[in-house]
Amino acid sequence: MATVDMKDVKKVYAGGVEAVKGVSIAIPDKQLCVLVGPSGCGKSTLLRMIAGLEAISSGTVSIDGKVVNAISPTDRDIAMVFQNYALYPHMNVYDNMAYGLRNRGTPKAEIDSRVRSTAKVLELAHLLERRPRELSGGQRQRVAMGRAIVRNPKVFLFDEPLSNLDAKLRGQMRVEIKNLQRNLGVTSVYVTHDQLEAMTLADILVVMNAGLVEQMGAPLDIYEKPASTFVASFIGAPPMNLMALKREGGHARLAEGVTLGVEPPATAATLGFRPEDAIVGQVEGKRALVLPAVVEAVEPVGAESFLHCAATGDRVLVRVSGRATAKPGDKLSITASLDKIHWFDAAGKRV
Amino acid sequence: MTPRVVFPNKVLPYLLVAPQLAITLVFFYWPAGQALYQSMLKEDPFGLKSKFVWFANFEKVLADPAYVNSIKVTAVFSLATALVAMSVALLLAVMAERVVRGKGLYRTLMIWPYAVAPAIAGMLFLFLFNPSIGTLAVLLRKAGIAWDPLLDGTDAMMLVVTAAAWKQISYNFLFFVAGLQAIPKSLIEAAAIDGAGETKRFWTIVFPLLAPTTFFLLVINTTYAFFDTFGIIHAVTGGGPGKATETLVYKVYNDGFVNLILGDSAAQSVILMVIVIALTAIQFRYVERKVHYG
Ligand SMILES: Nc1ncnc2c1ncn2[C@@H]1O[C@H](COP(=O)(O)OP(=O)(O)OP(=O)(O)O)[C@@H](O)[C@H]1O
Ligand SMILES: [Mg+2]
Repeated sequence: MATVDMKDVKKVYAGGVEAVKGVSIAIPDKQLCVLVGPSGCGKSTLLRMIAGLEAISSGTVSIDGKVVNAISPTDRDIAMVFQNYALYPHMNVYDNMAYGLRNRGTPKAEIDSRVRSTAKVLELAHLLERRPRELSGGQRQRVAMGRAIVRNPKVFLFDEPLSNLDAKLRGQMRVEIKNLQRNLGVTSVYVTHDQLEAMTLADILVVMNAGLVEQMGAPLDIYEKPASTFVASFIGAPPMNLMALKREGGHARLAEGVTLGVEPPATAATLGFRPEDAIVGQVEGKRALVLPAVVEAVEPVGAESFLHCAATGDRVLVRVSGRATAKPGDKLSITASLDKIHWFDAAGKRV
Repeated sequence: MTPRVVFPNKVLPYLLVAPQLAITLVFFYWPAGQALYQSMLKEDPFGLKSKFVWFANFEKVLADPAYVNSIKVTAVFSLATALVAMSVALLLAVMAERVVRGKGLYRTLMIWPYAVAPAIAGMLFLFLFNPSIGTLAVLLRKAGIAWDPLLDGTDAMMLVVTAAAWKQISYNFLFFVAGLQAIPKSLIEAAAIDGAGETKRFWTIVFPLLAPTTFFLLVINTTYAFFDTFGIIHAVTGGGPGKATETLVYKVYNDGFVNLILGDSAAQSVILMVIVIALTAIQFRYVERKVHYG
């Protein structure tokens, strides 16, 4: 049980690549922190610095209040689940799980009981004698989890542990990881670029961009109040509709014949609303943003449908529940109520 | 299963493999057959008459104490050479992994000794360790070690083993470097996080995963020590002192071409062939079982 604190952590790789440019995150005990961001934004680098696999260029990482910069991964008492699982191919499942315990001199009887009880939790009990290559992808993933859990470490680190699984299994494992983490109460850092995983798993969600923290907080707070256009388009699927505002004579507007319904904040340069916050048609007597639009494509997903529309020169996505009645080529109005509209300034920051 | 390719033409397949077969026939089966035939002949020293004697040559050879000694010498020599060549190469390869700057240069330099001909390598060591003029021999003597490979059988053995191993180290090094690179880095990292120190990681993760490479090199090195070290022994010790370094191959040469006992020599080479075939078979049958591929 531990806290993890990062203070102004930076990483410059040999060759001058600045992968992490000063990140400070405080993770309280028993919380699951998800690092999410586009490819190459430095998530793995940050995670590897917590693990001790990568030297920290500047700043400090502390586990349980103790600075661990100079402590080797061997002595940090952490466990990591790798994207490719990194199971030892020459050992069977039992030995894979027992390896870490043996290295720490745990008595044989205790190793046996811990490996077996962990295997039971993960439904691996019947696979203990198998080698990794004799397992399916999902089973390997479980063994990798088991190897981490069995040691009962201070911190779990996950680097995209589910990205090699198919969609269904991924959904299943996501729930399982969340339950395990909550039951075991182990502080965790989880790296992903899947925003759905990020939203559902996180106690603390950290959105990263180009080596910096773009926004940090509870997942729903970030969803409701994205701090920038970057976060707005990264969190939420499908992403938020963003439309540039034009300034004419001190007044902001979108295009000819479009009612903004309200005077935007003085510095606003971009308007945004989520596909799920807009409706097709008009609402009488309520002040709202109304966009005339032409349907370009319809994507039925089952429970909902996505309408891809062209409106005032921008592409706008609307989510309607159930089967959509609109067809490509239809003209319609898109209405978004004012309290659901987000404003961003010229630098992309929330206003 | 990949689909099998079927040649409609009946002759073409044979024509295609013919060159390979011809080479094997001419350079392997024919001489091997000749040796087998020769090993059952008894010939007078002038090569004028020969008599078919069945297995008499084999009986004579196997009953000869000098031959039994040669088997022992070969066993010691091959084992020591393979062991030294492989362990030093492995050590160097592991070290090379950690070199940060100039990795390429370091590796290239490591490969050079392989380009040196066995006899030349032998001469190099002969000079370096020559009791009266050798640079290293002088150093050894200064360190208080009585060093005389010309008179002392053990010293002579160490010298030929060193020379033979030295030449093979580069070859082994190359394979070990490739083998080490094939081990995913994340496995080593996982082991580090699992609390294994550097030495432990090597013996529990790296070494077992290198097993296919090690096994391959074991076969190659044994064969090398058996056959390809003739030049080194010839140049350095000539089998001496007192037959202390007379390996089987060297004895074949000595008896056949120096002493002109052709029948004995042929019988010895047949035995040698059987030994190497048996060794390789054993290695594949028993050692390979303990090797985990992938
Ligand atoms: N060993 C290295 N040497 C030099 N640069 C590196 C090294 N590892 C990563 N980088 C660079 O650092 C940056 C961040 O890499 P990192 O692996 O942390 O990204 P990531 O957020 O995990 O991306 P992904 O989602 O694709 O895994 C990238 O620009 C990458 O090219
Ligand atoms: Mg990554």
